[in-house]
Amino acid sequence: MQICFDNLTLGYNRHPAVHHLRGEVAAGSLLAIVGPNGAGKSTLLKGIAGELRPLQGRIDRNGLQRRQIAYLTQQATLDTSFPIIVHDFVAMGLWREIGAFSGLDRARRARIETAIASVGLSGLEGRPIGSLSGGQLQRALFARVLLQDAPLVLLDEPYGAIDAASVRDLAALVRHWHSEGRTVIAVLHDLEHVRQEYPETLLLAREVVARGDTVSVLSEANLLRARQLAEGRGEEAHAAICHSDRLGA
Amino acid sequence: MTETLSSLPLFSPFIEFGFMRRALAGCLALSLGATPVGVFLMLRRMSLAGDAMSHAILPGAAIGYLIAGLSLPAMTLGGLVAGLAVAVLAGGVARNTVIKEDASLATFYLLSLSAGVLIISLRGSSVDLLHVLFGSVLALDDAALFLLAGFATLSVVVLAIGLRLFALEGCDPAFLARISRLAPLAHYGFMILLVLNLVAGFHALGTLMAVGIMILPAAAARLWVCTLGPLLLIAVLAAFFGSLIGLLLSYYANLPAGPAIVLTLGAIYLLSMVVGPLGPLASHWRPDWHFER
Repeated sequence: MQICFDNLTLGYNRHPAVHHLRGEVAAGSLLAIVGPNGAGKSTLLKGIAGELRPLQGRIDRNGLQRRQIAYLTQQATLDTSFPIIVHDFVAMGLWREIGAFSGLDRARRARIETAIASVGLSGLEGRPIGSLSGGQLQRALFARVLLQDAPLVLLDEPYGAIDAASVRDLAALVRHWHSEGRTVIAVLHDLEHVRQEYPETLLLAREVVARGDTVSVLSEANLLRARQLAEGRGEEAHAAICHSDRLGA
Repeated sequence: MTETLSSLPLFSPFIEFGFMRRALAGCLALSLGATPVGVFLMLRRMSLAGDAMSHAILPGAAIGYLIAGLSLPAMTLGGLVAGLAVAVLAGGVARNTVIKEDASLATFYLLSLSAGVLIISLRGSSVDLLHVLFGSVLALDDAALFLLAGFATLSVVVLAIGLRLFALEGCDPAFLARISRLAPLAHYGFMILLVLNLVAGFHALGTLMAVGIMILPAAAARLWVCTLGPLLLIAVLAAFFGSLIGLLLSYYANLPAGPAIVLTLGAIYLLSMVVGPLGPLASHWRPDWHFER
């Protein structure tokens, strides 16, 4: 499922966070988005997910509907004190098939079991989600994404506060999604992890600093430029870009 | 048989007096209809919003009263219209301005409550005002009972059909909004259920107490179990049992019925705090009780 950016500018309350993005993400890509804090990485993901209307330009998802995108946000909006057990929570990933009213047949129950097993949570199906550790909860969220069976998977800092073993297991799952031909776009901080796992990278600092194969994108020169842009030396440049845009428009 | 039962202080008031039976039937309807809504209200962290909404129905009911006196249909219709209007307006303000939902609801409920009291005092006596604020569970007529039963039936049916929707809306609303077109239906459907049950509760317990039978049994039940089904069941049982005891207290000790019921429900909540397995004390006294919250 190809995604095209056409002069895309995203932001909040008329303050742009990502400027003038152009290019495309080919179907089946495994793309990492990296960059300093405030670079607009999460904003871009939100834009791709269709939850933020562009200030300018457009995103073409080639007919992919919002409900067909699996989007794991950085701060999970879920209320972990809600009295729901892991099995039922993960099962909500099947919503597109079962909706609000259909029941779970045997085949679907088996899929839920498989999803829970593949994130290593077997045996915890009956536990309330509130009793899970941070890593376990992230595994449960991945299991839900798994059941969503989405052609496009968006992950926003999925390994934020979890241990190495969980990262290893969940990264294997991401590789598996990639091998199934799904498009996976992940916002990540750990550059070492990106070098190991992601063939393509987009380095962002409110504008595209570099884009392409991971090794060349994550060069010292590019990372330095991204830092400089983020530290404010880029601010004036951005102001200028937008100013001239406004004049032009 | 009837004679032996009527000699028991637990049953005799209900056997001897029709108004006590009606009150009990009204409380049963509220326990079945309003309490499950209260469970979801609590789980969505909207307990106080429910309280605000209960005040919001007052001016509508008061206008109904101004036009038709203590008339059931007029006050019901007025209450429904006012409650739904405030739900939609408060939600709209919260979504479209910097005012957050709690502040938005608070502004509307403060205005509603004062407007309601003002309107009633324009025409009515302080007795009427007391009736509106504290209900009249001991004076439920046939029409009021049918209304309570009808709203309760509707509420149970809608909750049963939409259970998964309401559960996901409470647990992970952003996820629901992403994967389903029904998300707005879940939100506004729930608000409609809330207003329906508040208006029902208003007739029996008054605008100040209607939320009591929603939130107190729900909070008590939360201290016993940690899955949704049992939570709903225990809350309903607690609500009905509390109403029964409250009515008896009011009968024998000559207390106003509404506050007696709500205080009994409060006592059940406090008791659950002490002995409920998820309460703060049980886990302190009995560390070997290992319940998952």
